[in-house]
Amino acid sequence: MRAKLTDIVFVIVFVVLVIGVMNMPTDATTAAPAYNDIINHYLEQGADETNAVNIVAAILTDYRGFDTLGETIVLFTSVVAVSSVLRSARHDWKFDDDE
Amino acid sequence: MTILQDVVDNINYIGAIAVFLIGLRIVVVHSNMIKRIMGLNIMGTGVFLFFVSIGNVTGGMAPIVDPNAPGVTYINPLPSVMILTGIVVVVSVTVYSLSLVIRIFETYGTIDQEELSQMARRNHHNDR
Amino acid sequence: MTMNDIIVKTITRIVLPFAQLYGVFVILNGHISPGGGFAGGAILGTTLILYTLVFGRKKGSKKFSHRASEIAESGGIMLFILIGLIGLMLGGSFLTNLDAGFPAGELGSILSGGMIPLLMIAIGIKVTSTMINLFNLLIDEGVHS
Repeated sequence: MRAKLTDIVFVIVFVVLVIGVMNMPTDATTAAPAYNDIINHYLEQGADETNAVNIVAAILTDYRGFDTLGETIVLFTSVVAVSSVLRSARHDWKFDDDE
Repeated sequence: MTILQDVVDNINYIGAIAVFLIGLRIVVVHSNMIKRIMGLNIMGTGVFLFFVSIGNVTGGMAPIVDPNAPGVTYINPLPSVMILTGIVVVVSVTVYSLSLVIRIFETYGTIDQEELSQMARRNHHNDR
Repeated sequence: MTMNDIIVKTITRIVLPFAQLYGVFVILNGHISPGGGFAGGAILGTTLILYTLVFGRKKGSKKFSHRASEIAESGGIMLFILIGLIGLMLGGSFLTNLDAGFPAGELGSILSGGMIPLLMIAIGIKVTSTMINLFNLLIDEGVHS
């Protein structure tokens, strides 16, 4: 009974979200709102300004390099957090696997 | 006919919503914590699909520009860049939750949410 | 925790160098083809995880020890910040690329893009060491208890 009710709720949520998407400006052309002036700037002047052909790499490390620095710091923080939760991050580790 | 055309035009977004809701259902229905973390991962994948679909241009090329060939349409590179951040965050969250699950299993001997809350209720009852 | 299957061991020994070469290729070609530091680092980290899974934690730690992964972990970020500070000194703002005097190179060749390949290498080192480090942390907990 409870599982069936959950599924009905999920179907309702699905329908509501699909109706919401149908009203979004989702035309897959260059006239879409997400394809604005800054994208045109990246695509037209990016190769000249950064001298890299791959515009994704140019945005990742040049235009938004500070964002990427934060990204690597997120990875670093996750390593620090995991090794503080798991106590076995010791140097004098004895491996008991046979080989 | 027009609603069918809408569905075909927005099939990426509908798929993304379906993937997201599959993940959400796993998180809500199952009480095994490992399965819940898997559901969280699937939800993240749905969000990535949604975000990358925003940058799609029909007939567009990947944004590797060729200076000798002007007039080529390229897809929107910005969502692809932003999604890299999202992938990193999902990996970090997954690993941290897995380490917490290992700790919980060592302390309580179970990774089932229902059993854990029953245990907590019993302890609360005994304390009073 | 090792696999004693001859098929898995032999195939891993054959495939592993090519997979690692592919990871390095993806990192170094990040600015002229799809890929980059994150994708290539994930490939390299996965090869190290495969080696640890097949040949055991002890041999895997001999190839890429905890100490080495610690150094790579902080060294990646340090390299990133160092390149950014060079841009700050010579170009006026953090992570300045061509205005700071990084060599531009010929557009479309592997030596182009100024600091972008250097940053890609830094990110690749960072992601590789993070993947193998997180895997080792989780695996050690299982061996221990």
